[in-house]
Amino acid sequence: MTDIFSILKGRPEDSDYGKKGVIVQGITGSYGSLHARNMIAYGTNVVAGVTPGKGGQKFEGSVPIYDSMQEAVDATGAKISIVFVPAKFFLTAAKDALNAGIKLLVAIPEHVPIRDTMKALALADEKGAVIIGPNTPGIMIPEVIKIGIMPAMPFKAGRIAVLSKSGTLLYEISDALTNAGFGQSITVGIGGDPVNGTRLIDVFEMVKYIPDLDGMVVVGEIGGDSEEMLAQRIIDSGFNKPTVAYIAGRAAPKEKRMGHAGAIVMGTYGSAESKVSMFNKANIPVAKRPAEVPVLLAGKMGRRSG
Amino acid sequence: MQLLEFQAKELFREYGIRLLDSMSSASIEEGRRHAKELGFPLVIKIQVPVGGRGKAGGIQKCQNEDEFEIKYPQVMDLTVKGEKARAILLEKMADVKKELYLSIFLNRSKRCYTVIASNEGGVEIESVKNQIIKEVGLGDVSDDIAMEVAREMDLEGGIADQFADTLKRLSKLTIEKEAELAEINPLAIMQDGTVTALDGKFVTDDNSNFRHDELQKYQEKTAIEEQAEKSGFSLVELDGDIAVVGNGAGLVMSTLDMLSDNGGKPACFLDVGGGATTESVYEALTLISKLGGVKGILVNLYGGIVKTTVVAEAFLKAYKDNIIDMPVFSRLRGTESEKAKEMLEGSRTQIFDSVEEAINAAVMGIKD
Repeated sequence: MTDIFSILKGRPEDSDYGKKGVIVQGITGSYGSLHARNMIAYGTNVVAGVTPGKGGQKFEGSVPIYDSMQEAVDATGAKISIVFVPAKFFLTAAKDALNAGIKLLVAIPEHVPIRDTMKALALADEKGAVIIGPNTPGIMIPEVIKIGIMPAMPFKAGRIAVLSKSGTLLYEISDALTNAGFGQSITVGIGGDPVNGTRLIDVFEMVKYIPDLDGMVVVGEIGGDSEEMLAQRIIDSGFNKPTVAYIAGRAAPKEKRMGHAGAIVMGTYGSAESKVSMFNKANIPVAKRPAEVPVLLAGKMGRRSG
Repeated sequence: MQLLEFQAKELFREYGIRLLDSMSSASIEEGRRHAKELGFPLVIKIQVPVGGRGKAGGIQKCQNEDEFEIKYPQVMDLTVKGEKARAILLEKMADVKKELYLSIFLNRSKRCYTVIASNEGGVEIESVKNQIIKEVGLGDVSDDIAMEVAREMDLEGGIADQFADTLKRLSKLTIEKEAELAEINPLAIMQDGTVTALDGKFVTDDNSNFRHDELQKYQEKTAIEEQAEKSGFSLVELDGDIAVVGNGAGLVMSTLDMLSDNGGKPACFLDVGGGATTESVYEALTLISKLGGVKGILVNLYGGIVKTTVVAEAFLKAYKDNIIDMPVFSRLRGTESEKAKEMLEGSRTQIFDSVEEAINAAVMGIKD
């Protein structure tokens, strides 16, 4: 299983421990440049940008821009990239990155065709790389590294892992957790598409062994069965850290896409009831409101320590 | 997008999947001409983008002209799960020997296409027994796999060959049109020994629309939905009286849930996307003003870097321009919220610190 922490943070003996290099694909676009600046301001070590045709220029006067991922990787040795290109160019950008040796690719674009995601995933599998997204806010270790578009304000370093399909709910619930004194060890947005490079169970496998993990929060929504699979995996693995879930979309009509391409209930497949009942089976309480998440988590922690 | 049966069948026909003769109409006059051309007996089928039309009486057998005159308008006037008829399909009646099930769908959790087949079709997929399930990667079904499925279904001889051929054609269609689901239920073995698709369901990946100009004629959008899409918003119209707006699909769904929990009835789901600017919020209010029956607007915006004064400006501008006159109940998480509250004093917009307070105020506020 992918050791996500060694990719994101490195090992204490590494010279670049906590300062792993990140390449921004599409760094000269308005969205890419805005978030490249925000990531740099957060402390993420953005070592290069890639925009075909703009090689040789510098971003903000200091970050070198290359024409291709191969050149950027050769020059920097970075293993992480974040993609900001328009959806229709995602597959080309992803291939460019994976073929150049990128091991963690964070795919921000929304509206990537599913077949393109599947093709990128097949290549990632072949190369032993991980794709987060598409249509994700990104991944972060608060106060260490932010690879994504999330605002800095809601997050604080701590010991709770937060896994989410939704972007704004990830911010909202992390904000509530932070206010209640629960910092986060890692937060991962898996994205709102029907096919996710990294599913909830994949993130779970990445984070479950973190030694200083106190608990886990899962923010799901209607559509697919990522939450049901996760609940089953939690039951099967005997994972016993306090875990709380939230599911958005209980009041959504069936067979309508609710903003996210993946947020659709077909028959009973993907319904909120199905997800809630599986979490209940796994002894995981499901909050009715985002604000209730820290309350339930505190309850779980209290019961566990007492 | 989800195609109607007659649209799915147009694609099936193009890909050489065997069908009964059928014609779609939008009025009884047109229907009469089709009935004459097809000849009786025939089946009248309502065209709606939801399942369960049979139970709702949306499929009627029709032996002659007299029956046609009674049943066509009945089916046309039906509502199935809130959906009105988009068209009526008239289809030749034929004798069915056995009903099978066949589909290729995008298996989201396994992240591959999956074939499901059964020799006990004609019921909803949840109740289909003896399912044969094959994972087929990006959707390509080889001759060997197609025959293997046919054999596992206990099909033999010419029937097995025809079934395998249908499966291969359905696979080609799925790949080329980038479908999330292609379903034939029932796929029938007819008395005359042919394997024929009696129904069709086809759902394409909206994100691949830019590669499929040929499918755009099937796009069914209201003027408001089209405008929302142009602005980069997602809109789902609902039948309540409180419009729900926010930034981010998950957040808006969550707001919808809490509103419903508190007895409110949402009039729409409107996601204005990541950031919130004066322009985007003003645009959202303009859209809402075009929906019918809205008595109040519930706004839930979350942004670490959203200046709430910018949003307040949009509300004030919308009132001033007479875009909206109804009350707005707003929860804005961002900077400068005290200043925003001051700006909105005396207007019909109230700002709350928590979404719960905004929802309570909205539910109470629209009662009078």
